[in-house]
Amino acid sequence: MGIIEVRNLTKFYGKSRGIVDVSFDVQEGEIFGFIGPNGAGKSTTIRLLLSLIHPTSGSATVFGKDVTTHGPKIRQHIGYLPSEVYYYEGMKVLDLLKYSASFYEGDSTTRLKELSDLMELELNRRISDLSYGNKKKVGIVQGLLHSPKLLFLDEPTSGLDPLMQRKFFDLVRQENARGVTVFFSSHILGEVQRLCTRVGIIREGKMVEISDIKSLQQSNYKKVSLSAPTLDSSALLLPGVSNLVQENGSLNFFYKGDINAVLRALAGLQLSDVAIEAPTLEEIFMHYYE
Amino acid sequence: MNISVFKFEFRRHLRSVWNWALASAAILFVFFAFFNTLSEQAALMNEVLAQFPEELLRAFGMSELNFASVLGYFSLVYLFIQLFLAIQAGNIGFGLVSIEESELTADFLLTKPVSRRVVLTSKLLAALAALLLTNLLVWPASWGAVMLFRAQQSFEMSKLLLLFLALPLFQLFFLGVGLLVSLMVKRVRSVTPYSLGLAFGAYVLNAFGSVVGDVSMELLTPFKHFDAGAIVQRGGLDAKLVLPNLAFSLLCIAVSYVLYLRRDIHAVS
Repeated sequence: MGIIEVRNLTKFYGKSRGIVDVSFDVQEGEIFGFIGPNGAGKSTTIRLLLSLIHPTSGSATVFGKDVTTHGPKIRQHIGYLPSEVYYYEGMKVLDLLKYSASFYEGDSTTRLKELSDLMELELNRRISDLSYGNKKKVGIVQGLLHSPKLLFLDEPTSGLDPLMQRKFFDLVRQENARGVTVFFSSHILGEVQRLCTRVGIIREGKMVEISDIKSLQQSNYKKVSLSAPTLDSSALLLPGVSNLVQENGSLNFFYKGDINAVLRALAGLQLSDVAIEAPTLEEIFMHYYE
Repeated sequence: MNISVFKFEFRRHLRSVWNWALASAAILFVFFAFFNTLSEQAALMNEVLAQFPEELLRAFGMSELNFASVLGYFSLVYLFIQLFLAIQAGNIGFGLVSIEESELTADFLLTKPVSRRVVLTSKLLAALAALLLTNLLVWPASWGAVMLFRAQQSFEMSKLLLLFLALPLFQLFFLGVGLLVSLMVKRVRSVTPYSLGLAFGAYVLNAFGSVVGDVSMELLTPFKHFDAGAIVQRGGLDAKLVLPNLAFSLLCIAVSYVLYLRRDIHAVS
C-alpha cells in the first residue's frame, strides 16, 4: 500500500485548470520527485493532499485515509514546507516554533534545539526582522519539528544559499534514512536528480511520465557528442536519432534504441573525439515539453 | 476547541480590548463631567432643544432624551459607546479568519492537525472572550462615571444593568455579520473600511429611519433593536426586536461555518 495514493484527481478553479485526472502512488520510504514548470499544477496537487483546497473530482488517500474526510488525523504526521514562507510577523522565532509544536503529540524540545542549531537559526529574533532565507530556515525547522512520517517540500531551496542548501539536503537524506517518506516538488532538475529515487513529470495539469530516475536517464536516451575536422552527418541518419545539431566541427544528437547500431555507424567515421553519456534530467525534461 | 489557537487568538485581540475600553471610558468621563452643569440648566437645555427641528433630534437619537435625568443623559453617551463597540466587534469579525489569508499565515495554521471546525470554534470563543473582557472594563467605567458625576440624583440601577447587558448582545451582531461577509468576498485586504462601513451604515440607517419615520428600515439595524431611550422607557428589552436580531447573528455564524469548511485556501502568488 502506498503512503500516498492519488486516483484521477482533478481540480478546477472555476473554469481555470488546476490539475486534470492525475493518478500516482508514493511508496513508504522513498523520495518522490515532482517536477514541472511554474503553473503546471505542482502546488495544486500538494494543497489538495493537505486539504487546503477541495478536489473537483477524483480522490486521494494519505496513510490509507481519505484526505477530504481525515485531514486532521493525516496532518498529525505530515511536515510541510511551502515555497513561500509567511508567519505571524510580530512573533519571535522561538514562540512561533513552540506554537507550532503545541499542535502535535509528544515533546519536541530537544529536537527544536538540534534543528535550530543545525540550521543556525537565531531563536530570539522577531519574524519580521528576518531575511527571506532566514524565514525559509524557520520553515524547515517548523516542518521537521514534530518528526513527521511524510514530508511535503514545495520548491524548498529558493532563497537558501548553496551552503544551507547542502545542509538541507543532508537533513532530508538523514530523515529519509530514518524512514521518512519525502514528496519533493521542484522545477530545478539538478536537485531532483541529486535527491530523488523516482520522479513524476507534470505538464499543464497532467501527469506525463512517472518513472524511476535511473531508468529515465539510462535505458531511454543517450547523448552523443562528436568532434571531427570534417563530418558527413548523413552516415548518422539512423532510426532513433533525434535533435541532431552540427556546428563548427562538432555534432550532437540524442539516440534511443540499440546502442550497437550507432556504434557501428560511428566506427566508419574519422573522429578526433567522442563522448556518449546519459543525458541530464534537464535534457530529458525539455524533451517532454517540446 | 484547541487551547493553543484560543490562547494565541485571545492574545491577538488584547490590544483591541484595551484601546476600545479606554476610548469608551474616556468619552464617558468627558461627557459626564458636564452632567452637573447641564442638568442644573435642564429646563433651559430642553427649551433650546425644542428649537431644533424634530427630524434633527431624531437623527441624533435625542428626541426622547431627558437631559435632566441620569439615565436620560447616559442614553446619549451610550450611543457613542455602541458605535465604538460596533466598530470593535466588526473589526474582530471581519478579521477573524480573513487575517490568516491577507497575512498569508493560513498555510501555517491549516496544515496543523486541527479541523477547520475546531479552528473556527477556537477563534470565535477567543473573540467572544475578548468582547466580554471589553464589556467587563466598560461596565465599571460607566458605573464609575455615573456615580462620580450624578450630582446626588437617584436612578434605577436595574435599568443601567440592563443597558450593560445589552452591549455584548449588540456586539454579537457585528461579529457575526463581519465574519460572514469576510467569507463571502474573495479577499479582505484591510479590515477597517469594512467595519467602519458596517458600524456607521447601521447607525445612519437608524438615524435616517428615525427621520423619515419608516419603521421597516429601523428593523434592520441593531442600533434600533438596542435603543437606549426605548430600553430605559420600557424598563426591558423588546423581545420582538432583540430575538430576531439574536437569531440573525447566530445564523450568520452558522452559515460562516459552512462557508469556511468549504473554502479553498489559495496559494500565495
